[in-house]
Parts: sequence; C-alpha cells; structure tokens
Amino acid sequence: MKISYYPGCTLKTRAKNLETSALAAMDALGLEVEELTRWNCCGAVFSLADDDLIHIVAPVRDLIRVKESGHDTVVTLCSMCYNTLARANELMKTDEVKRKTINDFMDEEPDYAGEVRVYHLLDFLRDEIGWDKLKEMVKKPLTDLKVAPYYGCTLLRPADVAIDKPDNPRILHDFLSALGAEVIDFPGALQCCGTYQILGNPEAALSASKDILADATGHGAEALALACPLCDYNLGHKQDIMMTKYDGLKEVPIYYFTQLLAVALGLSSDEVNRFDINRESAKQLLESKSLIA
Amino acid sequence: MPLKISYRTINKEFQDKVKEISGQSFYKCFQCGTCAGSCPMSEQMNTTPRKLMALLQLGREVMLDEVNTPWVCASCYTCEVRCPRGIDIPRIMEALRLITLRQNRNQIEPSNLQPEEIIDLPQIAMVSGFRKFTG
Ligand code: SF4
Ligand code: SF4
Repeated sequence: MKISYYPGCTLKTRAKNLETSALAAMDALGLEVEELTRWNCCGAVFSLADDDLIHIVAPVRDLIRVKESGHDTVVTLCSMCYNTLARANELMKTDEVKRKTINDFMDEEPDYAGEVRVYHLLDFLRDEIGWDKLKEMVKKPLTDLKVAPYYGCTLLRPADVAIDKPDNPRILHDFLSALGAEVIDFPGALQCCGTYQILGNPEAALSASKDILADATGHGAEALALACPLCDYNLGHKQDIMMTKYDGLKEVPIYYFTQLLAVALGLSSDEVNRFDINRESAKQLLESKSLIA
Repeated sequence: MPLKISYRTINKEFQDKVKEISGQSFYKCFQCGTCAGSCPMSEQMNTTPRKLMALLQLGREVMLDEVNTPWVCASCYTCEVRCPRGIDIPRIMEALRLITLRQNRNQIEPSNLQPEEIIDLPQIAMVSGFRKFTG
C-alpha cells in the first residue's frame, strides 16, 4: 500500500526530530510512504470565517496534490497540519456551496470534493497496524518509563476531525501502552498549551503551559509524549523560562510520540531521533533507563 | 461594570456583521457559563466568553481595544465541544478579530518583533500568530 506523506513547514526546520524519527519508524513498520513531490504550507490554522475562503485554498491544493499522485490517503505528523488539512477536507466533502466557490476559484486545478482520506500518524497506526501488532513489533519495551500522554487541542477538536473521542481519548494512551511504557493519566492532557498566544500574549501561553507541566509531574510523570511542534515549543523549549518564573515547577523531558516509537522499535541512533533538538533531559532520561546507549 | 441598555446602545449592523462572518447565532446562548469555566485562557481575559455573548445579544459594539477576549482566545475549541447550545464560539472570536484586523489595525506588528523573540519559533507559531493577529 502506498500513501502520501505531507510534512508541513516545521518538520523541515525546527521539528526535524519529529520527521526523522517518524520516517525511520514507519520504514521499520513496513509502511511505505511517499512525500508529496509538491506541497505548500497548509496555513497552520483553519479559517473560521464564512467569508474567508481564500485561506482554505492552500490546504485544498495539498489535498489535490495527493489525489494527483494517485494515492487516496495522506498521513501527517504535525497535529496542526492534520487539523487544517482534515477540516479543509471535511468542508470540501460536505459544503456544496463553498466547495463550488473554491473549485471555481482554482480554475487551473482539477475539481476536488474531499476524496482523499486524511490521517494523522497516530490513527493511521491504530487503524492500519493495530496496537496488538505494534506491541509484537516492539524490540525495546519502554518498561518503567512513566509517560504522560499529552493530546492538546488539534487532534481532538472540533469533533468532526477528532482522531478519537474528544472528551475521553485513549489513542495516545493505547499507543504508549503498546510500546511498554507506564502511562500516566492526568487531567491536563486535553488542555491547550496556549498555542500561537506565545506570540501575541506570551504570559497567557506560559501560564497555560505551566499548569499542564505541573499537573503531569504532580501525577508522577517523568516525561510527556506529544505530536505537535507548537506544543513542544511551549512546553519544552520554554521550560527554562517557566522554571525561573514559577516556583516549584520541575524539569520534565518532552518527546515526540514518534521518538518513543523509534526507540521502542530498537532505532536508537542520533540520526533517527535527533535528541539534540529536544531538551537535554530527553536523552538523559532514556539513557538512565538503558533504553538507548 | 454597570451596563446601560437602551435602543440607542443596540448596534444592529455590528450584530449582523458578527453573524455574517461567523455563521453563528449568539442568540442561542443561554448564559450557562460552561465556556468561561472551560476556557484555559479565561484568567487573562477581562471579559469571559459567556459575558461576551451577553454583550453581543444586547447589541453592544464590542470594541477590541477594551475587550481583550478574542485576542487572548487560543482557538482551542474546548468551549465549542462543551457548549450545550452548540455554538461555535471560536468562530465568533474570529469574526470579532477580523472586524478589527480588516480596518488595518494589526494586533501585533511583525516588523516590531525582536529577533530573539522569533529566532527559534516553529513556523507554525509564526504562521498561525500572523493569521490571528494581523490583517
Ligand atoms: S457554553 Fe454556550 S450557552 Fe453556555 S454561556 Fe457559553 S456560549 Fe452560552
Ligand atoms: S476557543 Fe478560545 S474562548 Fe474557547 S475555550 Fe479556547 S481559548 Fe477559550
């Protein structure tokens, strides 16, 4: 089975560790993906205005590229790209009037009506491989690693593009269990990290992120697993600032779920995981548990 | 704050604009406060999402140099999945932002951002931030 892979901008720059670990892991799992030969930025956020269809053109173009490549499925790794592409796809599938306007506007492109299936790698793994089979393929179980699954917003909301139940998701829990990790449930798993407010209202974003970190460590987490480069930035890269700002906040490594997948599949090299982009504590914790050399 | 209500304070044009851009009806809101209680950003808002709905119902023109709610909203959709009246509140926030941004009033000026603020920002932060805060 051949499927398209849509990387998005951030995976080629700040979040190379998400891409390299995911591609190596997919290869090890026998999933054949093909990066789209031509793709453009999805716009990162879905247009929420009825009179702003121009911002839906970009993600729809990406979906047309998938169709053009002869594939009926596209997989994304970045949660924000997933959300934007999936919502654009839903709109093209269900809203006849807007679909016509967008198709008419893009008269140089073939018409599109939501024929492509948009997946995030997490629900793709669940549907195409399944947790039992994934468990069998694990070479290095993440035994004793206490990981809190952090979903954030864009994989679960709004409900029509949710990869699992929006109010009680299990998908990242089940994924981490399959890898052999000890899964730490915590209420903050569905809370927003503050997202782009790190640009507009950094105080608000840092405060929201701090609550999530404190909640996770308070429930005994040694690390967080997530899928979004912006969550990773707010929760991970901004952690030093938060630790000086908020008393009692503990350092906690942040991993992309794909890095933990790669490690569990026995892919422990630096080229695959690029832990140099994570917080220093990310590599150290895995070394201390003898999960990587 | 005390709120004066009279036929003169009702701005129908503004109400219509919000409805048209968002595709949502704020009249459906029955003021339960679930949105305000669920909102991760409400602490930083000077007007909760619930109160914002009330202002819109009363036909007040919501001025975004006074009411910061749409600027602090993170479009996280927590309120939307919980609103018992099925209102897509983030779309109302977007409409309010756009009404201001379309008057060429940017909330952040990209050229004023300091290099150290943006040097290690992921692209999705820049793109989404500019989408939400600039016209
Ligand atoms: S949750 Fe919905 S009905 Fe309740 S106050 Fe908020 S907008 Fe109104
Ligand atoms: S979408 Fe905006 S208003 Fe609604 S809960 Fe999130 S931050 Fe609050």
